[in-house]
Amino acid sequence: MCLGVPVKIVEIEGQDALVESGGLRQKIRLDFVPEAQIGDYVIVHAGFAIALLEKEEALETLELLKDADVIP
Amino acid sequence: MLSLETNKVLESIAKMDVSAHFMEVCGTHTVSIARSGLKKLLPESIKLISGPGCPVCVTSQSDIDYAIALARQPGVIVATFGDMVRVPGTETSLLETKASGGKVEVVYSPLDSLNLAEAHPREQVVFLAVGFETTAPLIARTVQLAKAKGISNLSFLIMHKLIPPAMRQLLQMKEVKLDGFLLPGHVCAVIGSRPFLFLKEEFGLPGVVAGFEAEDILLALFMLAQQKKEGRAEIEIQYRRVVRQEGNPNALKAMEEVFEVGEAEWRGLGIIPHSGLVLRQSFSDFDARNRFSLEIKDSREYPLCGCGEVLRGVLAPQECPLFGTVCTPDSPVGPCMVSSEGSCAAAFHYERET
Repeated sequence: MCLGVPVKIVEIEGQDALVESGGLRQKIRLDFVPEAQIGDYVIVHAGFAIALLEKEEALETLELLKDADVIP
Repeated sequence: MLSLETNKVLESIAKMDVSAHFMEVCGTHTVSIARSGLKKLLPESIKLISGPGCPVCVTSQSDIDYAIALARQPGVIVATFGDMVRVPGTETSLLETKASGGKVEVVYSPLDSLNLAEAHPREQVVFLAVGFETTAPLIARTVQLAKAKGISNLSFLIMHKLIPPAMRQLLQMKEVKLDGFLLPGHVCAVIGSRPFLFLKEEFGLPGVVAGFEAEDILLALFMLAQQKKEGRAEIEIQYRRVVRQEGNPNALKAMEEVFEVGEAEWRGLGIIPHSGLVLRQSFSDFDARNRFSLEIKDSREYPLCGCGEVLRGVLAPQECPLFGTVCTPDSPVGPCMVSSEGSCAAAFHYERET
């Protein structure tokens, strides 16, 4: 099951990191996003971060709606 | 509840007056669509069809039987994602095997199988490696770690499958008429959007990589409808906060180092060349099929189970003669009703009255 919810990195030690979401903390691996820093948001799948969230794209939904002239 | 903006997107889709059949090939999309009731909110001219997007569901019956046979071996601990344990094999399931003394451990991450192997040095741990391109890099890294640590009592039953070849097979079968695809967000987080260019090049079809919120999916459908309306067939990305065209190079590298592409047997689609992964020679010691060489005879699916047709989009779950009567989430006869990502389970939980 793919969880679409991004989680925030709060600690990094080598390839291991601690992430937090809704007050819950979880240990994950950073093998596939070695560039991740504390404070970044990542997508986690079965214990591994598989993608780093692009902050500038976070508002994409709103932008796309604007592009499509759906909202002003 | 859908937001004001969402309602405006729905209105815009309705105004486009497009007739189309779009398929999703991701179990999490299937669940999100069912849970949000999107099908009912969309104009009638737009139909959503589920394809082969649930990893447990597409696993062949002989692979399920192999996993069960492993769990029956003395001295073997089978480690698996939770969705696999209730899938009925030809005679029994992993859960029933566990009840009668087999050792089956549900794990959250493939890494847990490393710990399990280290904690049980006298037993053989076998991890059931199911999943698409999203999961394969994780398994690849776990295999690499096992090799680096010299763990000799861990192996992997590799059942990994690749989504693009299954989509090509489905289109070549021409059983369902499709006008475009919602592309799987996290498969694309790993492999990028480029492996889907064949849709446009070989079949003249559009595809949009979608995120997992109902709003993401709706927006991706808007983008697909717009392409259809304008007569375009492009591979676009709605889920831009996560997906790059080129995917995740680190994850791809791990996959490439550990696996090579081979044929795979899919429930509903049969054997498809170049649609699966096998361990490379340098990691073949970790292949459970080499370590145990079990022979599985006479694997059979439950008679009348429509899971195969459901996975091809030929049959809607509710059209299966067993749906909701003989086959329910409490007493499932096929994996599409077992897995939380299965089309039949999603339809049973969220769309039963339709």
